Amino acid sequence: MTPISAENIVMNYGKVKALDAVSLKVEKGELFGLIGPDGAGKTSLIKILGTLLLANSGTAEIEGMDVVKQYQNIRRQIGYMPGKFSLYQDLTVEENLNFYASIFGTTLEENYDLIKDIYKQIEPFKKRRAGKLSGGMKQKLALSCALIHKPKVLFLDEPTRGVDPVSRQDLWDMLQSLKKDNITILVSTAYMEEALLCDRISLMDHGKILATNSPDGLIANFEKPLYAIRSGNSFKVIKKLKDYEHANSVYPFGDWVHYTDKRDTIDPLEIKSYLENNDTTNVEIKQIKASVEDCYMSLTSKNQNYEPA
Amino acid sequence: MSQPEKAYSISVENLTKKFDDFVAVDKITFNVKKGEIFGFLGANGAGKTTAMRMLIGVLEPTSGKGEVAGFDIFKNSRKLKKHIGYMSQKFSLYDDLTAKENMRFFGGIYGLTNKEIRNRTKELLTHFGMEHIEKERVSSLPLGWKQKLAFCTALMHKPDVVFLDEPTSGVDPSIRRQFWEMIYETAEGGVTVLVTTHNMDEAEYCHRISMMVAGKMITVDTPQNLKDKYKLETMGEVFLHLARGYEKEHAITAS
Ligand SMILES: Nc1ncnc2c1ncn2[C@@H]1O[C@H](COP(=O)(O)OP(=O)(O)OP(=O)(O)O)[C@@H](O)[C@H]1O
Ligand SMILES: [Mg+2]
Repeated sequence: MTPISAENIVMNYGKVKALDAVSLKVEKGELFGLIGPDGAGKTSLIKILGTLLLANSGTAEIEGMDVVKQYQNIRRQIGYMPGKFSLYQDLTVEENLNFYASIFGTTLEENYDLIKDIYKQIEPFKKRRAGKLSGGMKQKLALSCALIHKPKVLFLDEPTRGVDPVSRQDLWDMLQSLKKDNITILVSTAYMEEALLCDRISLMDHGKILATNSPDGLIANFEKPLYAIRSGNSFKVIKKLKDYEHANSVYPFGDWVHYTDKRDTIDPLEIKSYLENNDTTNVEIKQIKASVEDCYMSLTSKNQNYEPA
Repeated sequence: MSQPEKAYSISVENLTKKFDDFVAVDKITFNVKKGEIFGFLGANGAGKTTAMRMLIGVLEPTSGKGEVAGFDIFKNSRKLKKHIGYMSQKFSLYDDLTAKENMRFFGGIYGLTNKEIRNRTKELLTHFGMEHIEKERVSSLPLGWKQKLAFCTALMHKPDVVFLDEPTSGVDPSIRRQFWEMIYETAEGGVTVLVTTHNMDEAEYCHRISMMVAGKMITVDTPQNLKDKYKLETMGEVFLHLARGYEKEHAITAS
C-alpha cells in the first residue's frame, strides 16, 4: 500500500491558485521533501493530505484510505506538525506534550525514546509556558507533540523554519533515524540545501511541482556549466558580472558568486580578465557542481519579478 | 540641531535582561559602526530578539548600558524610536491594506507630513524597483515581496539604524538575494543594519557578525577572520564549531 498518493490536486483561494493539478507518490519509509518558498503551495498540500483541508478537485489517499471519506481513520495514524505555531500558549512545555499524548491514549514516558533527541533540548524549560519560548524552541516542542503517538505517516510543515543551524542538523538526524522505524515522512522546507537530506524531493513554486527526483538526479539535470567566482569584494563582482553582456545568471552564494553564461562553451579565463579589466582584483574562478538552490533558481528564473494577477 | 558625530551608531556595554531568575541576555558588550551590516547570529533562545527589543527601546534592560543612534536606550527610548526602523520576526504589515497604504500608515506613525509620505513612498518604491506592487494588497503578495515592502516601511522616516529580525526566513531564494541587495544599498547610504538570520550563507554577507550562546555574546568578528581563525571554509561550519564547542562546556580553548 502506498503511504501517500495524490492525483491532480487543485486548490484555489479566490483567484489565487494555491495548487495547480499536483500529483505525488511517496513510498513506504521514504523521507520525501517538498522544497519551495513560502507561498509555493506546500502548506495547502500537506493540509489536504493530512485531512485538514478539502481540495477543490483531485483525489488523495493515505495508507490506502481516502482523505475525504476516511479522514477519521487517517487521523489516528498520522502525525502532523503545522507550520504556524498551534500549541497552547498558556500551557507549559510539559503540559502541551502530556495533552497531546493523552489525546492519542499514550504517555510521554512510553514514546520518550522517539522524541528524546529533540525534546531534551527544551526539557530544561519544561515548566515554561509555550508562549514564552523563542521561535525555534517552539518548533522543537511542536515536533515533539507531532511524534508523541508514534505515527505511521508523519507530515511536517517547515519544521526547520526559524530553527538554528545546529538544531536543524539535529532535527534532520532525527528524521533520518525515524526512517529506521519505517515511518514515512513528508516534510516541507524553504532551505534548499536540506533537499540533500531527503530520499526524493519535489521542487514547488506557485502551486506547481517543477520537478520530482532524487537530489542527485535533480543536480545531474542542471544544464549549463556553472562557475563559482570570488574576489575580495563580492558586491562588486556581482555588479560587474550583471553588467557583462554574456551573463545568463549571477547569484551570490556565501562569499562566492555563482555564474552561468548565455553561450554554450566559454573560457573561464575570459571572464576572469573581464573582471580584472574592470578593477576587480584577485579573481578566483572554478567550475562547480550545481546545488539544489542553483537548480531551483534556474527553474524559477522566469518568475522572479512579481506580476500582479 | 545636529547630533555630535559619534564613533559608533550602536554601542552596548554589559547589557543584561533577566526574566525572573532566568538570564536571557547576559552582559553583552559590542559596538557597531555607522553604515555597517552587523549580523546577529546564535542558537534558538540565545537572546537575539530579546537583545534587539532592548536596543529599540521597547524592553527595559535589567542592567548595563546601551546607546543607539546617539540616544541612551534607557533614558531616551522615546526619541530613539524616531531614529530607528524595525522589522519584527513576526510579520509586521497590514494584510488588508495595499502596499502604498501600508507605507502611508507607517509614515503617519512616524509623524511625516502627507507630502513627505508621498515623496518618500515614491522614492523608496522606485529605488528598489517595486512601483508595480504599489496598488497590490499585501495579502496577495508572496512573502519575499512582503518582506521587501516591510523593509521599505521601516525606512520611511530615514532612520539611522535598522533592526531586522529574521527578515528572510521562508523567502524564495532569488527574492532573498534581492532583499540582501536592498540591505547593501541601504548600508552604502550610511544606514547601520543589525540583522538576525539562521541562514549561514547570509552570515557571509555581513561585514561583521556576533555569535550568541545562552545569553552570552561569545564572538564578534568578520566572517573572513572567523573562517581563518578556525581554518574552516564556510560560516555554516564556523557556527556549528562555535555552538557545539560551547555546548561541550566552554572550558577547553581550541588548540
Ligand atoms: N517575556 C519572557 N518571559 C520569560 N522568558 C522569556 C521572555 N521572552 C523571552 N524569554 C526567553 O528568553 C530566551 C531568549 O529568547 P529570544 O526570543 O531572545 O531568543 P532568540 O535568540 O531570538 O531565538 P530564536 O532564534 O529562536 O528567535 C528564551 O529562553 C526565551 O524563552
Ligand atoms: Mg528571535
